[in-house]
Amino acid sequence: MKFKTFAMFVGPSVFLMLLFIAFPLITVLINSFQVTQPVFTTQEIETCTPGFLTQTCTTEVKTIPVLGDDGSPITTTQWVGLSSYANVLGGDRFTRALADLNMGAILQIDFWKALRFTLTFTLVTLPFVLGLGLAIAVVVNNATKAVKGPVIFISLLPFIITPVIGALSIRWLFYGDGILTVWLELWFDTDLSIAANGWAVEFLMMFYRIWHVAPFAFVIFYAGLQTVNQDTLESAIIDGASRWERLRFVVIPHLMPLIVFITLIHLMDAYRAFEEVIGFSSESQRITLQYLTYDYLRPDDAGNRQISSASASAMLTMIGVVILLAAPLRRTWRDHRG
Amino acid sequence: MSDASVPRAMRQPVSLRLASNLFLLVWLTLAAFPLFWVLAMSFKSPVDAFSSSATDVLFGPRTLSDGNGLSIVDIVLGIAIAWLSVKAATKWLMPMAAGDGTLQKIFSWMVIALGFAILFIIGFFFVAPWIAAPLEALLGSWGQPILGLTTQHYEAVWVENRFYENFRNSMIVTFGVVTVSLTVGTLAGYGLARSGSTFAFWILIIALIFRALPHSVLVAGYMPVFINSAELLRPILGENAPTLYGQPLAVIAVLVSINQPFTIWMLRSFFQNIPVDLDESARVDGCTHFQAFRWVIMPVMWPGVITTGLFSFLLAYNDFLVTSLLLDASNQTMVPAIASYFNRETTTTDQVEAIAAAVSITAPLFLLVMIFQRQIVSGLTAGAVKG
Repeated sequence: MKFKTFAMFVGPSVFLMLLFIAFPLITVLINSFQVTQPVFTTQEIETCTPGFLTQTCTTEVKTIPVLGDDGSPITTTQWVGLSSYANVLGGDRFTRALADLNMGAILQIDFWKALRFTLTFTLVTLPFVLGLGLAIAVVVNNATKAVKGPVIFISLLPFIITPVIGALSIRWLFYGDGILTVWLELWFDTDLSIAANGWAVEFLMMFYRIWHVAPFAFVIFYAGLQTVNQDTLESAIIDGASRWERLRFVVIPHLMPLIVFITLIHLMDAYRAFEEVIGFSSESQRITLQYLTYDYLRPDDAGNRQISSASASAMLTMIGVVILLAAPLRRTWRDHRG
Repeated sequence: MSDASVPRAMRQPVSLRLASNLFLLVWLTLAAFPLFWVLAMSFKSPVDAFSSSATDVLFGPRTLSDGNGLSIVDIVLGIAIAWLSVKAATKWLMPMAAGDGTLQKIFSWMVIALGFAILFIIGFFFVAPWIAAPLEALLGSWGQPILGLTTQHYEAVWVENRFYENFRNSMIVTFGVVTVSLTVGTLAGYGLARSGSTFAFWILIIALIFRALPHSVLVAGYMPVFINSAELLRPILGENAPTLYGQPLAVIAVLVSINQPFTIWMLRSFFQNIPVDLDESARVDGCTHFQAFRWVIMPVMWPGVITTGLFSFLLAYNDFLVTSLLLDASNQTMVPAIASYFNRETTTTDQVEAIAAAVSITAPLFLLVMIFQRQIVSGLTAGAVKG
């Protein structure tokens, strides 16, 4: 294929990706170094009230926004260097906590709180997703043919459902006097308040993620199991390998590329977890890095969006993505060259 | 397994089969229970829906005493009609969908889906009550309602709270995203699959990096530009430069682009499964690259396109972050709209309405999995198994 034809085919897609992915990244980078604010002036205002003999006059200094010709406030954009980053990272609070070696104080700061939760969330859910996915795949592969279709259908539901709604459906089982909380209370004979306990909410968020992603791992492992070399399996049987040894030494090595694939996808997706925070309303207890940016972008009570802080936190999130992908990408590059 | 062809060593001891079936049962319960429970709650009056007794939630005594309930006759009739419509759809309507040409096929599918929906609604809401009323009177005590069930929350959500507007917005956004991203994506996927150049490799790698980007990073980039776009675009477009913030078209463009990396990777792997000989013979017969793509490759590519379309649909339909930030309240889609429900959940009625809205959003997805299960599975495995 000549380069010109190739460019014609790929052109529209590359154009869209440049315009809506690459270009915004540059805007975010620039915005993270500057702050746009309305211009304020100070004005001395003398207010006088009629009094006996003389008027009582008070002068006070007021700060008011300067309005432009069309009545909207004039804004200026200022180059502020790294101060937005410092702001997101916690500024003085962070340096003070660092000097005192006070981990608790560091984790009070939104960014570090979000980073702590996002990393724990990503790393804790990963082995469960792989394990549960593989277990379901092996079991379904064993099951009789007639049940396979319906089982796959039901298993796909948690994966296909809108993430916010999936999180909500689990929340409704637990929050308040949800049915499962009632059962747990009966079982342990205590009073439980799931929504008020940060760790319980964290556990539910992880549970939701495993519930949501395990079907994906299952489908991929199940497809992989269909291509396991039967001859190798038979020779393993002849060599006297037990069922477990066959799984451990024949099946799992065969599935290794798929395990790497699922790990990569899961790391990418769990790192940008977001819907859990919305679904479980955990803003006050547990937030993720992506939620942090989202929160800066939402208009506050006065209608202002903190674009600069949002950009800084977005760039910090990006650094994490780069670290996450560095190793696998380097390997792909080596494979391509070699 | 009693099958004699299975070697003895492959046969499983009873204990293992029992354990494995038990595990399967536990998983299926785990997978379906939250959804099933939410469905049951959405049809009950608030007292029953949030009752601490499981049987109350299932059978709804309070809902029943409020005068909303189904008798055995209703239940039997309902199941019969549901079963008949599924049978009719698979046995009778599906073969009708076979037609020549893609457009015709899409059109006949749409007509069939519409016809099915109309038949189902007529059967369920008009014919069933019409038959049930005299039967119940005839059967006496058997005709008494036993299962509490009310659709009042659905009515409240769809009619009073104008959820149909959100539904319409969702449909506009998803339709736009699916059509545009498939058009752009198939072209790029084909180009990438048939070119082994380093440039193509780099496009794929950069697309992979883009796929990993959190969407909020990108939205942080759009936000200032979209809000001020009228001023920014004025020098180019003149007086009627649009403010992109709040425009469904802008959101479609954004979602298409966010989805591009995934789309081109998936379509590329489908195109790679089509032998190169096919385009080469078309080229020998005098086709240009584009003609070969349009008249020789696309006709065999439809399964891959449908699968990728499904995933584009899911991305657009399920999106919360982009739509909630870039659309304003007047043209909000369904998923962000539901967030406003549980933010204001002050009374239990509001909560049950939120649950009814959630079930309404899930129902189309449920149908989607039912119809396209095979395509979804093939799409999931396309990227992974074939490299």
